[in-house]
Formats: sequence, C-alpha cells, structure tokens
Amino acid sequence: MQTTLDAYDTPAPDHIRSHPKHWRNRKAGHHWRTHDEEFDGSKLGMWLFLTTEVLLFAGIFCGYAVFRLLYPEAWANGSHYLDWRFGAANTVVLLISSWTVANAVRCAQLNNQKWLKINLIITLICAALFVFIKLKFEYIPKLADGKAPGTFFNYPMAQDPHEPLWWSLYYVGTGIHALHVLIGATLLGWVLYRSWRYQAYGPTEYTMVENSALYWHLVDLVWIFLFPLLYLIH
Amino acid sequence: MSTIDATHTGPHGHHEGSYLDGPAGFWSRIAQWAVTVDHKKIGVMYLFAVLFMFFLGGVAALAVRLELLDPVRDVVQPDGTSVTTGYILQSIFGATDGVSGNEIYNRAFTLHGAIMVFMFIVPSIPASLGNFFLPIMLGAKDVAFPRLNLLSWYIYVFGSIFGVLSILMGGVDTGWTFYTPYSLTTDADHWRVVLMVLAAFILGFSSILTGMNFIVTVHKLRAPGMGWFDMPLFIWAIYATSIIQVLATPVIGITLLLLIFERIFRIGIFDPAMGGDPVLYQHFFWFYSHPVVYVMILPAMGIISELLAVHCRKHIFGYRAIAFSSLGIAAVSFLVWGHHMFTAMGELAAMLFSALTFLVAIPTAIKVFNWIATLYKGSIALNTPMLYTLAFLFLFSIGGLTGLPLGALATDLHLHDSYFVVAHFHYVMMGGTVIAFVGGIHHWWPKMFGRMYNEKVGMLGCVIVFIGFNVTFFTQFILGTQGMPRRYANYVDEFQLLHQISTVGSWLLLVGFLVHLFNFIHSLLAGPKAPPNPWGGLTLEWETESPPIEHNFHHEPIVKHGPYDFDTVVPPHCDPKDFPLPDKA
Repeated sequence: MQTTLDAYDTPAPDHIRSHPKHWRNRKAGHHWRTHDEEFDGSKLGMWLFLTTEVLLFAGIFCGYAVFRLLYPEAWANGSHYLDWRFGAANTVVLLISSWTVANAVRCAQLNNQKWLKINLIITLICAALFVFIKLKFEYIPKLADGKAPGTFFNYPMAQDPHEPLWWSLYYVGTGIHALHVLIGATLLGWVLYRSWRYQAYGPTEYTMVENSALYWHLVDLVWIFLFPLLYLIH
Repeated sequence: MSTIDATHTGPHGHHEGSYLDGPAGFWSRIAQWAVTVDHKKIGVMYLFAVLFMFFLGGVAALAVRLELLDPVRDVVQPDGTSVTTGYILQSIFGATDGVSGNEIYNRAFTLHGAIMVFMFIVPSIPASLGNFFLPIMLGAKDVAFPRLNLLSWYIYVFGSIFGVLSILMGGVDTGWTFYTPYSLTTDADHWRVVLMVLAAFILGFSSILTGMNFIVTVHKLRAPGMGWFDMPLFIWAIYATSIIQVLATPVIGITLLLLIFERIFRIGIFDPAMGGDPVLYQHFFWFYSHPVVYVMILPAMGIISELLAVHCRKHIFGYRAIAFSSLGIAAVSFLVWGHHMFTAMGELAAMLFSALTFLVAIPTAIKVFNWIATLYKGSIALNTPMLYTLAFLFLFSIGGLTGLPLGALATDLHLHDSYFVVAHFHYVMMGGTVIAFVGGIHHWWPKMFGRMYNEKVGMLGCVIVFIGFNVTFFTQFILGTQGMPRRYANYVDEFQLLHQISTVGSWLLLVGFLVHLFNFIHSLLAGPKAPPNPWGGLTLEWETESPPIEHNFHHEPIVKHGPYDFDTVVPPHCDPKDFPLPDKA
C-alpha cells in the first residue's frame, strides 16, 4: 500500500505539474486493477530478484568456506595482507549511504522533493567514495605488488603456495560486489534524474525509489558479510 | 461465469480484435511484434524460437545416432595397409582441419546436450505455453511485468546467438556439463568454450526474469473469485517451476561466471593444478542442474493434468494432492544434487543423497496415480492431445521407475555413465517433457492460432513418434545394462545391432515430427476456423475467442466454478446437448 501522506506540497512549475511523468499524473498499468496492487507486485518482484542476488553471492561465500577449510594457512596470510582500516572506512561509507537512501524513500513518501534529491546525492557521493577507496588504496597498490588472482600472482614474499587462490576469491567477491555498487548507483542516478526533471516520485508513486533503495541495501548487506570474512578473521 | 458477447465494443475503446491482427505491410507487422509487450505474442515468439532450437538440437542428435551406426575399426586391406572405417561424421564433413573423428563426435553430442538443455527444454513449456496461457487462465490481461517479459525474450535470443556463434566457430567438446578441469584446457587458444558458457550464463537471466514474472502474476493478478485452490493445475506446476528457476539459476550464474574467469584469467578456483577443487564445480553445477531437471518436467506434468481432465471430461482426481506434489517436488529438488557425484563423496553423504533421491519418487508417484485414477470411468476422447497424454503416462512411468536403480548406490555403481542413464533421462526429458509439450501444443493450437489441425494426421504423427521413441531409447536401456558407456564414438561389435536399431528409431522420430510440422503448417494455411471452445474445457482460456482478443477478455472474468467441474457446469460456448450433465437424481 502506498501512502497518502503529502506533508510537503512542494510547488512545481506548471510544465512539470502537468507532465505525464509527474508523480500525481501516474496511472496503473492497463493490466493492474489498482495502482496499489501494481506497487505491491513490483515490490514482490524486487524481493524475488534480491533473493537471486543473495544466492549469487552465496556461491562466492560457499567457495570461500571450502577453501578456508582446505587451505587455512593461505587464508590466514591472505587476510593479513588486507588493511582493516580501509575495509572499515568503506563499511562506514556504505552504512551512511544506506541511511540516506532510506531517508530518500521517506522523503518521496512525504513529497519532500528537496531532501529527496539531497539524500540521493549523498548516497551517490558515498558510492563514488567507496569505489575510490577500493581502487586507490586496495586494488591498485595490491596489483602493483603482484598480489593478483590466479596465474597473474607474482608477489615475491608469499609464504603459502595457495595464496593465489585467496586473491582469486578476494577479487571475484569484491569485484562482483563493486559491479553491484556501480549498478545500484546507476539506478539511483536514474531516480535522481527523474525527480530532478519531472518530480517523478511522490507519496503515490515511489516504486522506483523504494526498489532501487532495496537494491542498495542489498549491496550494503553483502559488504557487511564480505568485510569481516575478508578483513577481520585471521 | 461471465458470458462473452463477441459483438461487444470495449468499455475503454481499446482494440478488441484478435491479438494476431496488426497493421498492413510486412515490415510494420515485424516492427509491431518486435516491440510488443503482449504476453500472447511473446509466448508465440518464444514458441517459434524454442522449436527452432529443438530443430538444431535434433539435427545434432541425428548426427550422434548416425555416427553410432557403425563402430570404428582398423581394417587391414589385402595389400597389407590398414584403413580406419566407421567415422561417418568425419567422412561427411571431411577431415581437413586435423579434427579427429572422435572429436567431431564429442562436439556433436555436446551441441545436442547444450542446445537441448539450455536453449530448448528449460524455456520450452513455461516460456511459450506458460507465457501465453498463464495470464489467461488466471483471468488477467497480461503478466505482472510485460516489459521484463519482452526483455527476457531478447535476452534468450541474445544468449542463443552466442551459443550458435560458438557452434559456427567449430563447437565445443566438453559435454553440456562443462566439467572442469577438462573445460579449462580444451581448445585453449579458442574462444568458443567461453562463448558457449557465456550463452548459458546469459540464458539464465532470461529464465530468472520469466520465473519472477510468473510468481508475481500468480500472487497478484488472479481474477476475482479465484482462490489458490481454484487455479488450474497447469498454473500450480508453472508456479512451482518458477520457484525453482528463481532459486537455482543464480547459482549456475555464479558458477559459469567463475568458469569464464577461469578460462580468461586462470584464477584457479576449479583447477586442481593450482590447488583448486573441480568437485566444487560439480557441486555448484548440480545444485542448479538437478533442480532444473524439475524445471523441465514440472510444466509437462501441469500440461498432462489439464489435458487429462479436459479430454476425459472428468474432474481431476486428487486436485490438492497434485498441486502440493508439485511444490513437494520443487522442495525436494534442492536436496538431491549429490546423486550426480556418488563416487566423489564419502559413504555417509552418498547414503543420505541416495535416501533423499528416493523421496522424489513419492510426490511423482502421487501424480501418476492421480492421473490414472482420473482416467477411470472418464469419458475418454481419443484425439491427439489425449494420445500424447497416454504416451506420457506410459513413457514417463518408465523414465521415473528407471531412476530408482540409478538412485540406489549399489546398482548405480554398475549403471552410472552408461547408456542406461542416457535412456533413463531421455525417457523423462523427451518421453515426458517433449511428449507433453507436443500434446499441449495440439491441445492449445486452436486457441493460439484460431485454426483446427487435422486430427487424423496428428494421431498418425503421435503414433510414429511413440514407436520411434521407444525404438530409439528402449534399446539403450539394454545397451546400458550390457555395459555400453555414454559419450563414446566407438564400441565393441556385440553392441552394433542394438545401436543400429536405435539409429533407425531416431529416423522414425524425425518422420513423426515432420508429420506434425506438415500438419501445423497445413492448419495455419488451410485449417478450418476454430470455435472458441473446441474441446469443452472449463478453464478461462476457453471463455474468450480463438484466437484471444488483444486484452484477453472483453470483461474481467468472475470465477464461479472450479477448473474441472465437468459434472456441474456446461462448458462455455458449448451446446448442453453435446455436454449433458450427469443426472443428479
């Protein structure tokens, strides 16, 4: 059920107010009985999609567990090479962004167009910051040291023959996660563009904001598991 | 139940003609279909796409059977030189690029497997008949997410193009399972293995989108009055299928992605030379690929439930038992993947997986018993759909029962990787899914295209397919128990007769399918117009016209009776004289 809250009747210029993409002018698709059922349906679909994402990452976590059991030494060494401070910084960045994106949904529900955009912008900045920290302080220096996945591994101080596998899982896991960060940021960027251009989201039309936010929370959630597994457990 | 008035003009003034109507001009028609979000058009596009893939996979199957007509032998000529005979495919395609006869055979069976599994049988029933009839049977105007539906079709085509590209570049010889480490090293300087794996990866997205769409549609778009237990059993089957698609496909997604990384970056996770674990690959692979076996068979079971009830004119026996057994099969399907690797795990794990495998037999048997009980004292109409239904019951029972010795540890040790396995899963996949699919196409053909097909020709085709199928695959049970291993181009002389019988059977199958093809083309060009309800069905698709109007129904239907209440309801558009209700006195 979408809300009927309209706490901030933000004035909009006429050409936006009458635009078919403005949230007040949105109608349910022809095959839905009501707008609310369409909203519920979209959310159910999104949750199903998030289930598939969880299962996708479950494969990586499962591989992590198997190789941790097979090669505990390599895994212990591997996590020593990672600096927990960068991981923690990125965790904080993502947690803040999850909070702002939740705020963005609330702002859409309340028709607070100004803070909807501000919250989305902060979220996008956090996404960029995350990718920046990941590249600048982790991927690039580590690859320069030869801590690369699989056969590209040529780190001279390696102490365990199976360390290349650790780096394989590290890059695959964090790489696919980073890809999800970029996809999520693209979705939220699209939401931002549409709210800027048409005020497309409001109390009775915020499906896209909510679903993008759900996706973003999933990105955060996956990192919440990746961070301790990769950085903290020795 | 709401009645249909064909002369009614729509309340919203939208298009009320057949969904097949379109603008004049060939290219505008193509353009209309290319951007359509109508589930019926997308279902038809899927139908033609998967049937085309069935044709490609079938050609590969015929090639495999052709190669096995003759064993490979070194024949010593009178002048003392030795000549190798029996590489039939090699002698057809030539051997200029240094590919041996065995390699050509390996590619032929890999193409057969990969095309049939990923591009034909997984999307076959849900994406074509499911797409077309799931919303109509629910009384909805469309699936929940029409645009995602179209996207899923394009993703399917896009993925299939990668697969076909890989074939054109020379094909893949890994087997459809892409087992590591062989799949990591074979054709190391070529991209075709990566392309084929990428094709399967991309096709997975299409499968997930279809599954999501159907689950939401079933939850949210049922017509007023239609509770969960008023849904046709076809919907229950598709719903259970969709759950598996959504939950299993992501696992193969990450597995195939890791395999692609292995090929390109040598990350080593599945490579024993680098400390990786090839058995982990097998676990991941079968965690998807065993549940997906039920993605293939569950919709077929749904079709059989519909066809049986309609063509017996009898309430289906044990409605709830059939509905819940679909969900039961879906649940158990996730717990049995280990039976593909009995020899790669400890004894206790193997025993557990064996016991869990036997569990599958329970809901499956419940279905078969209920179907047979439905036939009992039914008013059986022996037409093509019904013949296919009977063929399904017969062949699927053989396929299912021969699964039990494969699930038992002791017998599996003898039978695994033999032709017994090949025969078993072909009895289920082809004798089950393909037979039900073809039966379902006949059943719904008048509804989809508004034309009747020739019943006699259809029955003739069914009989030829049934005989050809048994000739092809029953021999393989015998070959398997005698020790013929799967995936070999060569064999000892004792097996030649059975192999030849099997190959002749594959030609009979070809003839049978050509008869159907001819029948369908003839029906489209010159078939008599189909009435709205030629079989006297009670599900909602028989309420609307044949073919359905663009928005399926003139008015939103209100459901007042169950889908199989043949003893209390005269079917829509039917004369009560033709469908007398049983005397209640």
